Amino acid sequence: MRKSLLLGLATAAIFSTTAQAGTLEDVKKAGVLKCGVSTGLGGFSAADDKGNWKGLDVDVCRAVAAAVLGDATKVKYNPLTAKERFTALQSGEIDMLSRNTTWTLTRDGSLGLNFAGVNYYDGQGFMVTKALGVDSALKLDGAAVCIQAGTTTELNLADYFKANNMKYKAITFDTSDQTIKGFEAGRCDMLTSDQSQLYSLRIKLAKPDTAIVLPEVISKEPLGPVVRQGDDQWFNIVRWSLNAMINAEEMGLTSANIKSMKDSKDPGIQRMLGGQGEKLGLDDNWSANIIEQVGNYGESFERNVGTGSPLKIGRGLNALWSKGGIMYAPPIR
Amino acid sequence: MYVTDKILPELPAPSNSKGIVHWLKTNLFNGPINTIFTLLAAFVLYKVIPPAIEWAFIDAIWFADSSSECKLANGDRKDGACWAFITNRFDQIMYGFYPEAERWRPNLAGIMLVLLTIPLFFEKTPKKAWLGGFILVIFPFIAFVLIRGGYFGLEQVDTGKWGGLMLTLIISLVGILFALLFGTILALGRRSSMPIVKSLSVVFIEFWRGVPLITVLFMSSVMLPLFLPEGTTFDKLARAMIGIILFQSAYVAEVVRGGLQAIPKGQYEAAAAMGLSYWKSMFLIILPQAMKLVIPGLVNTFIALFKDTTLVLIIGLFDLLAIIENVLGADNAWLGFHTEGLVFAAFVFWMFCFSLSRYSMALERKLDTGHRN
Repeated sequence: MRKSLLLGLATAAIFSTTAQAGTLEDVKKAGVLKCGVSTGLGGFSAADDKGNWKGLDVDVCRAVAAAVLGDATKVKYNPLTAKERFTALQSGEIDMLSRNTTWTLTRDGSLGLNFAGVNYYDGQGFMVTKALGVDSALKLDGAAVCIQAGTTTELNLADYFKANNMKYKAITFDTSDQTIKGFEAGRCDMLTSDQSQLYSLRIKLAKPDTAIVLPEVISKEPLGPVVRQGDDQWFNIVRWSLNAMINAEEMGLTSANIKSMKDSKDPGIQRMLGGQGEKLGLDDNWSANIIEQVGNYGESFERNVGTGSPLKIGRGLNALWSKGGIMYAPPIR
Repeated sequence: MYVTDKILPELPAPSNSKGIVHWLKTNLFNGPINTIFTLLAAFVLYKVIPPAIEWAFIDAIWFADSSSECKLANGDRKDGACWAFITNRFDQIMYGFYPEAERWRPNLAGIMLVLLTIPLFFEKTPKKAWLGGFILVIFPFIAFVLIRGGYFGLEQVDTGKWGGLMLTLIISLVGILFALLFGTILALGRRSSMPIVKSLSVVFIEFWRGVPLITVLFMSSVMLPLFLPEGTTFDKLARAMIGIILFQSAYVAEVVRGGLQAIPKGQYEAAAAMGLSYWKSMFLIILPQAMKLVIPGLVNTFIALFKDTTLVLIIGLFDLLAIIENVLGADNAWLGFHTEGLVFAAFVFWMFCFSLSRYSMALERKLDTGHRN
């Protein structure tokens, strides 16, 4: 009862504050982009020893700052917990949210928000001990599963095992760190969570080599940046900043070669690097700034979560559409 | 018959009623049940303590430039604790994201506070009341200006960058100071004979005692911004602090009320008979006695407050625990050293709480006037 009352109040407040235009002007005036990120998620948004934020989600903030302000460092990061993130966006505390947020109909339709794209296709997966000798989740009938309580992963797991006519015994924990400790202590045969998390949890094991991540993915978790509803220009800027990173990878533009490619005769590259900015309300260097200061999507991926990082997540679904994945951005022209 | 005219020298106590053997017998092995428990406890200690010492000290790695030095070639953890995780990021644990070049400012504020407080511990310091007043009233402003900046050419450091032990101490000190102030006022209000003052105090205290702190923090960080006009943002740390102060003053009020009620009626009447006004009788007669009585309760509340500050982790403020859990725990360069971080945080908290409780015991002894019976 109390909860529904609070939710009601929250929604009422949200609806009264939706239409707000002029984020672009606000950001330009402030000279800094206020970007909501996670308080700490390895590879997606985490602060290093100098207090600099790094990660795949952080790179989206940096790309928008590069496009709008011409400087990827002009971002004020606002670390948010999962519960605060939408309020912070609604109340104008932040200009955009890039915090491993799953795009769903409910969120898109009822929170007064717009998802500007997908920067990581995640999905629920399984990690098992090598000693179990299992290479597919379908062989896990009767297994004990370590799982974080109160998450959608719990529901997905139930659905998956039911659909495949298998039984399991759930052992629930409160936080992901407790879950991995339970797995390590041998309280369960496998651990389930979003794949991106499984890799960082695996590194937390005292002996990472003893566990493997199974290939099955049993749910869709498209993660992407979010903006307030009602400011289409700003929505476009965030969406196309991300698209520019993905397109740059497709065209082979990198932070290293962008300077020389500016003179390229390739019409696609010419369109990408010049003349399109005013349609978004930006100057013509917007895309070049992104690529030069942040890099293309592939560079960002490898640096933060891929081979250049301890997580070593494969590209999988996040490979370009032309390379077997589903990462696809509409053309810039 | 044996008669002696001089006092015999004392004989040594029988060997079975003195020394370590006797002590062991009376304290650890007096009866079968105690013997079993002693042996069990000894076994548990034997199983726990040597490995713990080995982990924490003997096999530990104290300094390293990267986490790979705490791991074997194939990525497995080495056996000992990796304290390098703490030493490597010590600055961040202390200051959060506070810019390196400006860290002399919180340091200076801290040193000033310590230097100003030390004279208060000595009996002979002149004008103690003035010094105390300065610390309570003027110093908070000096500290605020120093740490936040923005005035006198100091670069402004947003509260979002404050963190680590520094933030924990700031929240607790501000919380303790204001909670004590408001709590005392509320306690007096609740004992007041004026109906409006009394009912307002009762409502306030019962409301804030009735909600969990975590709810207060969520309200302040998730709900409050929605009720404010568009575009007005209100500093998140200030919101959390106000929540903590309101919450804790209700508890302090009840502790102080306990002290007020313990003062015999004769004291109130004597003060009135002397012709003292309400405020004078309170500040000169009643409160000094009441506060002395409730030192254990107050310190208990303050220790609880100090530990409760870790709850700000759930609204995205980086106190000591949050820095270790969220920031260091998420950095790819140092994944998997959770245990060391938590042990360190526990140690820091224990150190502060333990010294606080020892100090309160010393204070009780010093102020003891032998009126207890």
